[in-house]
Amino acid sequence: MTTATAPPITLPDEPSMLTRFRWAVTDTLTITRRNLIVWTRVPAYLVFTVIQPVMFVLLFRYVFGGAIKIPGGIPYVDFLMPGIIAQTAAFATFGTAIALAQELKKGVIDRLRSMPMARSAVLGGRLVADTGRMLVTILIVVGVGYAVSFRFLNGVVPAILMIVLATVFGLSICVISAYTGLAIGDEESVQAFGLIWLFPLTFLSSAFVPISSMPGWLQAFANNQPVTYIINTMRALALGGPIEANLWKSLAWLAGIFLVFSPLAVRAYKRAS
Amino acid sequence: MAEDGPGPAILVEGLTKSFGDVHALRGIDLVVPRGTVLGVLGPNGAGKTTAVRILTTLLLPDKGRALVDGRDVVRQAAAVRRSIGLSGQSAAIQEELTGRENLEIIGRLFHLSWPAARSRATELLGQFDLSDAADRSAKNYSGGMQRRLDLAASLVGRPQVLFLDEPTTGLDPRSRLGMWDIIRSLVEGGTTLLLTTQYLDEADELANEIVVIDHGLVIAAGTAEELKSRVGGDVLEFTVPDRSRISDAVSAIVNIGEGEPHADKETGIVSVGVGGRGSDALVDAVRSLDGAGVRTQGLALRRPSLDDVFLALTGHAAEEEEQAVKGRRGRGRGKGPKGDDTKAAS
Repeated sequence: MTTATAPPITLPDEPSMLTRFRWAVTDTLTITRRNLIVWTRVPAYLVFTVIQPVMFVLLFRYVFGGAIKIPGGIPYVDFLMPGIIAQTAAFATFGTAIALAQELKKGVIDRLRSMPMARSAVLGGRLVADTGRMLVTILIVVGVGYAVSFRFLNGVVPAILMIVLATVFGLSICVISAYTGLAIGDEESVQAFGLIWLFPLTFLSSAFVPISSMPGWLQAFANNQPVTYIINTMRALALGGPIEANLWKSLAWLAGIFLVFSPLAVRAYKRAS
Repeated sequence: MAEDGPGPAILVEGLTKSFGDVHALRGIDLVVPRGTVLGVLGPNGAGKTTAVRILTTLLLPDKGRALVDGRDVVRQAAAVRRSIGLSGQSAAIQEELTGRENLEIIGRLFHLSWPAARSRATELLGQFDLSDAADRSAKNYSGGMQRRLDLAASLVGRPQVLFLDEPTTGLDPRSRLGMWDIIRSLVEGGTTLLLTTQYLDEADELANEIVVIDHGLVIAAGTAEELKSRVGGDVLEFTVPDRSRISDAVSAIVNIGEGEPHADKETGIVSVGVGGRGSDALVDAVRSLDGAGVRTQGLALRRPSLDDVFLALTGHAAEEEEQAVKGRRGRGRGKGPKGDDTKAAS
């Protein structure tokens, strides 16, 4: 049997709603699977996503940590870990933007868009795979944290909620990265752009040092930006303490990011060229 | 075949598309009967890729109508996607995966079951001479192998209509001939093919019908023979070894030819259409060039090529335009296939 003489695959002209839903799910899983296989085959991705945060943990714990005094007598490693975990989640999204930019450039996205697969699957599969990858990375970092004497002080459920919050935060940054990756469409520019906004946002926050130790003008920024709200919420979940104000602000920011950037990412995918 | 819908495989009427001030397509019409090959010929930036992107539902047209396999590419885009295959200018494959994995995933996305996707992949790998490399990472494939894998990927869904956008750009001559063989066998099997190319010999070799596109308009259409007969008779051609004498050579033969002589300052090749005057023109040219004291090499008459057709239709050579456009693109965002252009031109 050769390609050309074989009968064409017969597909109904208008698949039912149910069939389309089923395809959306299976197509998303197929793309997820593909992306996860790719992740395991490229050592550089593994190194960047896993080794880099582990190095940060060790660097801040043992090199800078001794010089940083936390008010209230909390051990620095306990203060540090929620911040590192949030940063890990945010930085894991570099991969999202870079992978989409590469696929765009190589014509992979053109091919997939010219196929009768679910339109939502490329972005959906990318986000599912990258969130899974992020969760693995977060768990590894938590494990390393435990090895260097970090402890959750507030019970199991809040600890799990902290990891969930970190993952949802990472997913929101993933959506932004998906948009920038598709809109910019060039690997190197995407990478540079990621550094330009993610570095200041994570370092100029409560992630590594108490904001009260920063100069006044910087405090004004650091105290009122979303990453600080997220990290303060995570810290409260991990270590105990007041949570209310930071939690609502975090949820509002997350909702806002999803509401603005999901449609932008979908539009960029539809128009991608 | 019973599955074939009525009407041609591709029907395009008055298609236009602009990107801001750039009018990529300014109203083109095309008809491609089922089971035939249409070669779309034109320099880089002529609008070929824009046309392919509209026909494969990747881009919405501004005006006009396009049917592929009897379905409207705008209103029935989902149905069109079930009938087509697309292989673009760069190999759209996942390099980290093996050849087999690439094809299996495409099969799954065509909603084949796992066993069906697996056997389709095996079948295509065999057909494209990739069985030995099937389980190696596609990163280690040669350029020709990557293109073959890409073409195989476009055939997973057994398309009625196949779009190949510059399938041999950037390939070495041997891989190019191999690709031609594969394309020929697809066509023998009854697939309708729309092929864009910058290479005139490629269109000559593969296409039943050719349309020439320049600046977003179809400027000529017909079989290769019909287009060649437009040039009208033979072409007189010679090389001027001393490049500084090219203009003297051109003025010496300007009254001998039927059209404007064309001179390539890089290669020193001067050519002019001489209609049916064949040998008379040859004798006149020798006398005239001798009188002007211009030394030449390889003065001869030859049958017109599609290069001459392009020259006669547009007033410029396909390659020159390509160079000019490339220069512009190089300074721009550089979305073209990285590195392929330079290889293609050499």
